[in-house]
Amino acid sequence: MQALSDVSFEVEKGEIFGLIGPDGAGKTTLFRILTTLILADSGTATLNGWDMVRDYRKIRDNVGYMPGRFSLYQNMTVEENLNFFATLFHTTIAENYDLVKDIYSRIEPFKKRMAGKLSGGMKQKLALSCALIHRPLVLFLDEPTTGIDPMSRKELWAMLRGLKSQGITIVVSTPYMDEAMLCDRIALIQKGKIMSIDTPQGIIGRFPQKVFAVKADNMSRLLSSLREYAGVRSCHTFGEFHHITIDNEQLTIDSLRDALVEAGHKNLEIKEIVPTIEDCFMELTSETRA
Amino acid sequence: MSVIKVENLTKHFGNFIAVNNITFQVEKGEIFGFLGVNGAGKTTAMRMLCGLSQPTSGSGTVAGYDIASQSEDVKKHIGYMSQKFALYEDLKVWENMRLYAGIYGVPRSEIPAVIDRMLAALGFESEKNTLVKELPLGWKQKLAFSVSIIHRPEIVFLDEPTGGVDPAARRQFWEFIYKAADEGITVFVTTHYMDEAEYCHRVSIMVDGRIEALDTPARLKQQFSVASMDDVFTKLARKAEGGEQ
Repeated sequence: MQALSDVSFEVEKGEIFGLIGPDGAGKTTLFRILTTLILADSGTATLNGWDMVRDYRKIRDNVGYMPGRFSLYQNMTVEENLNFFATLFHTTIAENYDLVKDIYSRIEPFKKRMAGKLSGGMKQKLALSCALIHRPLVLFLDEPTTGIDPMSRKELWAMLRGLKSQGITIVVSTPYMDEAMLCDRIALIQKGKIMSIDTPQGIIGRFPQKVFAVKADNMSRLLSSLREYAGVRSCHTFGEFHHITIDNEQLTIDSLRDALVEAGHKNLEIKEIVPTIEDCFMELTSETRA
Repeated sequence: MSVIKVENLTKHFGNFIAVNNITFQVEKGEIFGFLGVNGAGKTTAMRMLCGLSQPTSGSGTVAGYDIASQSEDVKKHIGYMSQKFALYEDLKVWENMRLYAGIYGVPRSEIPAVIDRMLAALGFESEKNTLVKELPLGWKQKLAFSVSIIHRPEIVFLDEPTGGVDPAARRQFWEFIYKAADEGITVFVTTHYMDEAEYCHRVSIMVDGRIEALDTPARLKQQFSVASMDDVFTKLARKAEGGEQ
């Protein structure tokens, strides 16, 4: 099993860099290599000029890592956990309090509570505080928003923007395509390969087709109808709309509209839209399949 | 016909009110989205509906059985797919099907035919002897869904079935849900993907133990004068205070 193959990229200082891809894409393996927890079979990597293998101690002192799975000490209190991580890195809570203040102050009222007794959102704030308490140069967050409700996801991204403004470089992975828009640059990753790296706008701008959003009263029947036309080259459900791309040599949007009305679709709505990152991701994965 | 009927359902844990007086119904063949912020009480409510937890007060029936006094009957007439654990990784695809068919009480003589039918419906004929741990996540979730309805239950409960699944597989999964609903199986589903909320016939949103909104996605957007389900959710979740404690 090859978890990662031939991955190359650079992250600039102060950037929020997103690794966007589903489970099994290789995101966690990449994080574990970059935080010096496992070795790559081949290839090299540096962090702040330090080599992953030779200078691993230097790197460990200067990165914060929040793994996907909650990995703090459940039977220690909130405060004890944070103190513990501060001590490991030869610092104190007081010394770097200003960095974690926005995040930690929200769980500070519960500082005597066992970490294992915290709600999901609070555990996450504690884990983030612990990963930051030694003022790392780079913060690695592995799927911090998986299983988190949409509101808490927004909150977390607001916290990340706050950290960026304090000069911290952030590498974050997520399976949620919409979060790509909140990164400065992103890498779309699938099956161990990076398919595209750019700003979110850059990736969207390179989308090779016009995308149309289509809606009618019976969405399930509309989906079957759309898939019958040879000129519809892709068709995916997207919430209240279906997104399609068409082959202009076989079909125009006007002739498609006429055909759908003819087929009895009521309250038909077709409009051209700016593609989303999820459109781009699916286009790229269908290319690799072909 | 209501497959789920819940009245004033409440669950306390000591002083903490996890589910606070919720009342709703789900109709046969409906795809019902059960949304809420983390800690709003979704899991507690679902556990009561599945006969796994006794209500503190209030009442409910699922598939015609009382959730408090007939919880064993409830369990026999529902399907359940958990997010964390649904399949045995070190059993083969067909072995998982065989196991769940037995657990859900499919008559022994019918099991081989049921397995063949499932493999065909999933397009998994060539994967019959593959260990589940070797399947991609999207395939696992489709398989887990299929085994959760192996006994043709009246209703299936799906707890975040698409978390982390790639975009294409996530959409295929929803086509499976639609097919099951067309065949008359009621689907009760939780998700954090707001585009998936749009695929539900009706959606409820829980905040601090209460159901604060319940309607079709179109009417909810109208009610809150916003353009997307994400905005509806955000508007309601802003009101939440207790969820984080």
